[in-house]
Amino acid sequence: MGMRRVAIVGAGLTKFVRRAQETGKELAYEAAKMALDSCELTLEDVGCVSLGTAPDAFDGVHMKGEYLSDGAGGWRKPVMRPYVGGGTGVFNAIHGWFHVASGLFDICLVVAEEKMSSCYPHPAGAFLTIFDHTTEQPLKPNLIWIFALEMRRYMETYGISHRDIALVSVKNKKNAMDHPCAQIPQEITVDDVLNSEVLADPVHRLDISPTSDGAAALVLVAEHIAKKITDKPVWIDGVGWNVDTAYWATRDLCYPRYVEKAARMAYEMAGIKEPHKEIQVAEPYDPFDYKELHHMEGLLLCGKGEAPRLTAEGVTARDGNLPTCPSGGLLGVGNPIAASGVMKICEIFWQLRGEAGKRQVPGKPKVGLAQAWGDLMQVGTVIVMKV
Amino acid sequence: MNNKKYDFKGTPLRGSDIKEKKVLTTSWRPNLQYAWDDGVAIGRYLKELKNGKIIARKCNKCERIMIPPRMFCELCFRATDEWVYVENTGVINTFSISYVHWDAKRIKEGEKPFIPAVIEIDGASEGMGILHVLGEVDPEDVKSGMRVKAVWKSPEERIGAITDIKYFKPI
Amino acid sequence: MTEKVAIVGVGCTNFRSTTPDLSYRELTYEAATKAYEEAGVEPKDIDSFVSTAEDFFEGYSIADEYCPDQLGAVLKPVNTIAGDFLQSLITAYMQILTGRLNIVAVQAMSKASNMTTLKELELFAFDPVFNRPLAENPHFVAGLEMNRYLYDTKITREQCAKVVVKNKLNALNNPYAGHGAKITVEDVLNSEIVSYPLTRLDISPSSDGAVVMVLASEETAKKLSDKPIWIRGVGWCSDTFSLESRDWAQPISTKIAAEMAYKMAKINDPKREIDLVELSDLFSYKELQHLEALKFCSKGEAGKMVDDGVTEIGGELPVNPSGGSLGVGNLYECSGAQKALEIILQLRGEAGKRQIKNANIGLAHAWRGVPTTTSVIAIFSN
Repeated sequence: MGMRRVAIVGAGLTKFVRRAQETGKELAYEAAKMALDSCELTLEDVGCVSLGTAPDAFDGVHMKGEYLSDGAGGWRKPVMRPYVGGGTGVFNAIHGWFHVASGLFDICLVVAEEKMSSCYPHPAGAFLTIFDHTTEQPLKPNLIWIFALEMRRYMETYGISHRDIALVSVKNKKNAMDHPCAQIPQEITVDDVLNSEVLADPVHRLDISPTSDGAAALVLVAEHIAKKITDKPVWIDGVGWNVDTAYWATRDLCYPRYVEKAARMAYEMAGIKEPHKEIQVAEPYDPFDYKELHHMEGLLLCGKGEAPRLTAEGVTARDGNLPTCPSGGLLGVGNPIAASGVMKICEIFWQLRGEAGKRQVPGKPKVGLAQAWGDLMQVGTVIVMKV
Repeated sequence: MNNKKYDFKGTPLRGSDIKEKKVLTTSWRPNLQYAWDDGVAIGRYLKELKNGKIIARKCNKCERIMIPPRMFCELCFRATDEWVYVENTGVINTFSISYVHWDAKRIKEGEKPFIPAVIEIDGASEGMGILHVLGEVDPEDVKSGMRVKAVWKSPEERIGAITDIKYFKPI
Repeated sequence: MTEKVAIVGVGCTNFRSTTPDLSYRELTYEAATKAYEEAGVEPKDIDSFVSTAEDFFEGYSIADEYCPDQLGAVLKPVNTIAGDFLQSLITAYMQILTGRLNIVAVQAMSKASNMTTLKELELFAFDPVFNRPLAENPHFVAGLEMNRYLYDTKITREQCAKVVVKNKLNALNNPYAGHGAKITVEDVLNSEIVSYPLTRLDISPSSDGAVVMVLASEETAKKLSDKPIWIRGVGWCSDTFSLESRDWAQPISTKIAAEMAYKMAKINDPKREIDLVELSDLFSYKELQHLEALKFCSKGEAGKMVDDGVTEIGGELPVNPSGGSLGVGNLYECSGAQKALEIILQLRGEAGKRQIKNANIGLAHAWRGVPTTTSVIAIFSN
């Protein structure tokens, strides 16, 4: 017997903002409601809920999946909270796919929320406790340290300049100008990035996505339902996820091998043999500008160390051959951790349906990809979507 | 999506809206404490740091000498075999120069930036690094590939913690 | 696509109130080694790993970071569930049912002894605006619930105390259990009141420990194991989180989850068809409430079942023969794992002195503790 095919039929998103007046539950509700409305379903039709949200320390509630569940439409329903750090957003959709592809459910509501602003004085403080409590936390590391360490390793291994990397930030923040939910749409230059405040060299202020509040949601359904309710289903044809060792300082940080493993798993399932030719639009995870490049390489969309060249040549621009982050990405739209991964899937959903408005990439793409990443530079989650 | 059709929800606030109490808030300072059991491997690691030494564990199957030490090899999935003292010198794999504290507060004017680094420890297998910070060096002089040496606290000050090494300095 | 999924290997550590000699990594490693050995697999044979973790229980933000190594899961598909182990087990079950994955390992671990401010931690799960400022002790929710349940059903505190006596006695025969004891109903009633009518002995004490299980699709399970234990049905449900609008007398989420699981397992008359039950007894009255919600008796009759000895090891429907959370200890997100473990050992006939005769179908149930209303169920058969 073949696998049950699963389609995305609805998507919802809130604005991504530095501080939302809405509570986390209310944000989750708004995104979930919009996703259901968009495919003319109601909560009564929903069989189960997959709820994604990252560190509990942001919302300041222990077991926050329990706290958020009714906001996410989970009242008196099967609700589960999958968790792979920053990779949670995309994994959440993969987890939704398990529910439907397994045959247990026909309709799954996938909701992701993050309210980082609740954490005072600054959400960054919540990241101290991601480090090993005995061997690392006493050194009082800031989250940015590990990215600075990884970025430098990437630059030095492949001879990449900060200037090459800053182009990603320029591109994504500009793309975000066409996104109605974007937190920091901006027209900036490479020099603006290089001249912005140095936080942890080589990472500057404008290399980083902001902290945000926001939510995003998807409706996943089985094939027979999809055919009944829409003539534009977007199929989830490949899923992959992978986690590397927690001993991050013992790995070569120049290349995300866990992303490659996750991508190969998804490509194999989707029957994709030459990803750089077959993937027509991609949303690689871009919490930092160099990460988009790092991830393009891990996703096998180009060779190792080649992503900067593609960016410089405009290949990844919205009208290029391989548009990446046409939404504006995390750098432009914002980074409410788990919600941002689902935002990327929303974007591919809208792009493949030809509904991305001003952000629409040309050429009627039929195959797209969204990816997220997380933990201690350790997790890759990949989803391949087709129309 | 049709941007016109949908009204995206979400109401942005300014920091001042909260300070000026235009929006009321509730605050809570959690008092959460933990006392982690170090276990065998990290327990010995800390004990040796107190002695001014760095110890690793060897897996006789893959022959990796691992730091921080562990009682099982995560790749071979078997118990590790022996304790191995490694050097208190190493090579910088990668580094950063940080102007922010852990909680995103900026360092004070005139204060020296932190220089976190991944240091591959001599005597451990290739690529086996630990996170630590550098000292006694100007930020602009730090290079990847530079050799460094641990600078220890005095024996009386050492408590069995990673901070028993004050920092690593270039040799 | 496979239709059936089985447990082909289990491994656990002892469940003890402290485990000072082992780190959390070493605890899980011990359980994983045993489970893989039993299943006759190595990590490289395993297609996916599902771990269970809640940030503040582990004392880490993004606690899932620290899951892969001790499972041998480096550079493998790994994901964490922030929930009960049984939810992780269900995730693994669904992964195999998709037909894309064949062998999946599931893990949960408790290092409760390392949480030195447990009361504050549990309080931190409460609604920050409405409830947290009013609550001094998190157990007050259980006190409120117990009082309403006793009022509604005429069940007595003595009947609740009998649950504690039974479970702690069962635990004496469980070499893994850390809180076995021979006590009396009076001991329970006379122990210090925590939140009336709840006394200290009505509350399960905490324990450390780890459990790992290996699941496989039908064909593989038959190859790997002489005694595969099949998953017959699963169900899970979250009722409202709000204290203000919940039903205080009965656990609705357990009822709904049971309906789902029974439907899947094609069970019409649970009391007749199910041979033994391990259900959530984080508080004594919860065992009685859950017996009713799981339809082993009608509302208000669970007390009589205890009085009549129906739920004892030699009874018609043994409940918590392992000793339950009252006798083994509250393992937090690993609680459901200890429940499922007991069912599996019993179905295999490996439960030693507490072995139940003719055990063919068993039900494991977990509830996530106050202030949650999340219940999870898995039904197993041999």
